[in-house]
Amino acid sequence: MSAQEFIAIDLPALLAALFACLSCALVGNFLVLRRQSLLGDAVSHAVLPGIVAGFLVAGSRETIPMVVGALGAALVAVLLIELVRRVGKVESGAAMGVVFTGLFALGVLMIEQGAARSVDLDADCVLYGQLEDVIWLGPTRFADLADPAVWLTLPREAMQLIVVFAIGLLLVWAFFKELTIASFDPGLADTVGVSSALVQTALVVLTAVVTVAAFEAVGSILVIAMLICPAATARLLTDRLGTQMRLSLLIGGVTGIGGYALGAMLPVWLGAENAVNAAGSIATLGGVILTLAILFAPRYGALARRRRDADLGMEA
Amino acid sequence: MLQRLRDLDFMPPREAGVSPLVVRDLTVAYHRTPVLRRVNWTAPSSGLIAVCGPNGAGKSTLIKACLGLVRPLAGTVEVFGRPLARQRRLVGYVPQRESVDWEFPVSALDVVAMGRYGLIGWGRRVSKAHRQAAMDALDRVGLADLADRQIGQLSGGQQQRVFLARALAQEAQLYFMDEPLAGVDAATEQAVLDVLRELDAQGRTVICVHHDLQTVADTFDHVLLLNGGVVAEGSPATTLTPDNLRATYGARGQGLMG
Repeated sequence: MSAQEFIAIDLPALLAALFACLSCALVGNFLVLRRQSLLGDAVSHAVLPGIVAGFLVAGSRETIPMVVGALGAALVAVLLIELVRRVGKVESGAAMGVVFTGLFALGVLMIEQGAARSVDLDADCVLYGQLEDVIWLGPTRFADLADPAVWLTLPREAMQLIVVFAIGLLLVWAFFKELTIASFDPGLADTVGVSSALVQTALVVLTAVVTVAAFEAVGSILVIAMLICPAATARLLTDRLGTQMRLSLLIGGVTGIGGYALGAMLPVWLGAENAVNAAGSIATLGGVILTLAILFAPRYGALARRRRDADLGMEA
Repeated sequence: MLQRLRDLDFMPPREAGVSPLVVRDLTVAYHRTPVLRRVNWTAPSSGLIAVCGPNGAGKSTLIKACLGLVRPLAGTVEVFGRPLARQRRLVGYVPQRESVDWEFPVSALDVVAMGRYGLIGWGRRVSKAHRQAAMDALDRVGLADLADRQIGQLSGGQQQRVFLARALAQEAQLYFMDEPLAGVDAATEQAVLDVLRELDAQGRTVICVHHDLQTVADTFDHVLLLNGGVVAEGSPATTLTPDNLRATYGARGQGLMG
């Protein structure tokens, strides 16, 4: 592989994968802590018709219309859930299940209709991501990368993920205290003037933005894996929230880069013709790392627990 | 250390003659089932106050409504003569221990420092002074040694004391505590009682949901009997009469005093 090939094909895709994973890991920490992991799943499904609507209206994969559409869809989803819950008198889990799958189905129908009108948006791209299509036609040699101006020509998919991650990191850093108290004890948060409803809403919006920004890279389905795996892995490795956040970013980064590399190289090493879908290999690696943590984490791992139980058994 | 807490206290002294808490015509319902009907109550301005009543009497609901955590169908709550929204900093809260996730990756000190968040303000860091105030509060309940321990690794009683330290760190004038003495060990019970008496001696008002009628008279100066509405209130001696207990708890009420 030449330097030019790497910079044109692999580097932008790697950057998109890396920042998609970092953004998801960042937000995922709070979803995991609040036991709202499925919120990411729900949001990523519900925003699909909004993304497609934004795409159909704008006629291109511009970020802003799709984000607006996605946030609109998220809002509609929240209102619909409330409506189904009240009118249908069902519990909120059931209402969520109905609304999110319904909206997702609507999104798929809209994609099919759009495809019929030969618009450039297909179900595969939305569902599984299209990292392989991210191409950087600018620099041709590694030396070119030293010029800051050349980075401004970075493909939109990678650029938007870098911006989303930067904004997310800034928000989480600035309001870490508020996120923590509202996640740990919403009642106390409300009594000291930190509106837990506001924090919850902000978290849903941030999740929606990250989901939309990341869906092109890893797909709207696999985005859920990256929202949960790095944060859940980090949760098993530490008892400090700050450490957990840093670890989750590290794990997310390793998963993004490692998963992409595996997807590109492993099949070739194994003698297969083509590289596999990068989003799939990233999500799989995320799952493998989480599994290792579940088994071998020092305090919360299954083996450590077993050993402790055995020790207790010896004493007794 | 107490001197320190007082030095940090920026609250104006209690205005003479203004009750810490006035509840007027308060009605609260969950899913259209009324829990509290037209509660009217003016809390006394000194002494420890217990709120007693059977399960489902609306004890927790009353303090949650006073804290603005549940929205009443009707009625108003005034804290030191003003609507609650303008007096948040004067109010402290000790929820039931089961209300939070103790697996959460924070230390005892982190949780106590949360009591200071209202004083610190949005988007600002926890300064050294605030961290020290939290440490002092933790010391006050005898848990300074365990400041760095993850909260899930504390015993139930220690967890209750962490909540109490957090309330101390709030430096409020009016405290609502939901069963701070429920199911705690002897050391914790003593620590809780010490703190309650100290808060009372400093002129702060403490309103506790309390379930054990037999110990009400030992600890509290004032009792509110609640069952969907106010049944009776006053000193334990005059309030915990057989008639009032029957009216609050039903036929088995008399047996509760042993």
